Amino acid sequence: MKFGDGATSVPALVDIDLNVSEGEMVAIMGASGSGKSTLLTVAGGLLPPSSGSVWVDGKNLRECAPRQLSAIRRRTLGFIFQDFNLVPSLNTLENVALPLELDGVRLRKATRIAMEALALVELSEYAGRYPSELSGGQQQRVAIARAVVGGRSLILADEPTGALDSSTSEIVLGMLRDRVDSGASCIIVTHDARHAAWADRIVFIRDGRIVDQARSESPSVLLTRSRPESTP
Amino acid sequence: MIGRNIHLLSIYSALTQFGGPLSVRLGLLAILNQGPCYGYQLRREFDRRTGSAWPMNIGQVYTTLDRLVRDRYASRMESDGDGQVTYAITDQGRSEVDTWLSSPVVREGASRDELVMKLAIAVTLPGVDIARVIQAQRTATLQLLQSLTRVKNSTTDPTSADELAWLLTIDAMIFAAEGEVRWLDHSEARLVRAVAEGGVEPLPLSGSKVRRGRPVKAAANE
Ligand SMILES: Nc1ncnc2c1ncn2[C@@H]1O[C@H](COP(=O)(O)OP(=O)(O)OP(=O)(O)O)[C@@H](O)[C@H]1O
Ligand SMILES: [Mg+2]
Repeated sequence: MKFGDGATSVPALVDIDLNVSEGEMVAIMGASGSGKSTLLTVAGGLLPPSSGSVWVDGKNLRECAPRQLSAIRRRTLGFIFQDFNLVPSLNTLENVALPLELDGVRLRKATRIAMEALALVELSEYAGRYPSELSGGQQQRVAIARAVVGGRSLILADEPTGALDSSTSEIVLGMLRDRVDSGASCIIVTHDARHAAWADRIVFIRDGRIVDQARSESPSVLLTRSRPESTP
Repeated sequence: MIGRNIHLLSIYSALTQFGGPLSVRLGLLAILNQGPCYGYQLRREFDRRTGSAWPMNIGQVYTTLDRLVRDRYASRMESDGDGQVTYAITDQGRSEVDTWLSSPVVREGASRDELVMKLAIAVTLPGVDIARVIQAQRTATLQLLQSLTRVKNSTTDPTSADELAWLLTIDAMIFAAEGEVRWLDHSEARLVRAVAEGGVEPLPLSGSKVRRGRPVKAAANE
């Protein structure tokens, strides 16, 4: 992946080969400027790669017509942006319901589903507020609700816990983890090792290249050797 | 309860404790890999490369050297005119050092000191890819963190005090492992900056002769 042309071009991603399966959560870690957000943008089809290809759900994004692409973005893909990207003129509920409405879901049904998603991020009482009336962490949770609403199967999350405290982060991670455990795929960018550890695989990138990966081992060793038998 | 948690506690102390028993054997051997040394010289090199954080008495240095010789990682060289005994690394010792530097510190049995000491010595040595040493350790620590997180997440809300106690212990280990990863991230960034600002030259062995040495006789008797 390159930004710009000719002499001014900047390689942002080099030789990235990343496969995320159904039911798998992958965390991306790396220093600031290493290419994490770029990787997510390319994976989500928001930017075409300067070379190579991106496949989502068996479809090569490069070969998709614009209409197909936007359908994938509406139905399959949930994107949580580093800077939230909420629509300022819509309230919390409308922001979350927006992707459903764009996809032709009736208003009443969309509202119901959106309210469920808001409950998951513990923001039910804030349904009528506008983004400018929310704290940073609350805006982030709205963005998360919007990305998971309607059972999207590929969730791309750029620092989804960046503005959240420790216990709210766990709620959000637990929610993403539940989606993944019921078959979704998720790529999450994070600087926080404790949050990355929720993933099945941790990918490190440096200067746009994957330099290492950590896969979770079975925790059974820790469990069997040290878990106290639960009292009946 | 106490007995059951011994394994977890050994991981916990590995992540948090400074000042436990430290294996300096490989640290000394890694320095010896730079060139032959006298016992006193080796101790001085170890001190200056580790900020004197783990002061050793000369007896410990010689005991360690004797073990290294016994295990064929080092050999005793001819004494010079001053009657000082010089130690040199063997091929077998060299490959032991390579393995040590290229593999992460294992959790069980090691203390956190070992990782700190290893990194401190590694940055003073020529030809060591520190970024790789840091990355290998980070991967290993994150793997541990993943396992701990999965154990924690597979636990239902505690229904008894011992389950609660156990969860608190797991949490403590999770935060300790996270702290280690952050320290590694920070060390990596520090390294990048140091290299950008003109490079970090490996530390040569200081050449000056040390006056006090191990008497030839004592060394030969063992
Ligand atoms: N539109 C663009 N045009 C030119 N260069 C860009 C553009 N977007 C990003 N870059 C550059 O590409 C590199 C990777 O940026 P990216 O946003 O992917 O980093 P990141 O890993 O997400 O960092 P952070 O942790 O700070 O969010 C950076 O050097 C950045 O300056
Ligand atoms: Mg970014």
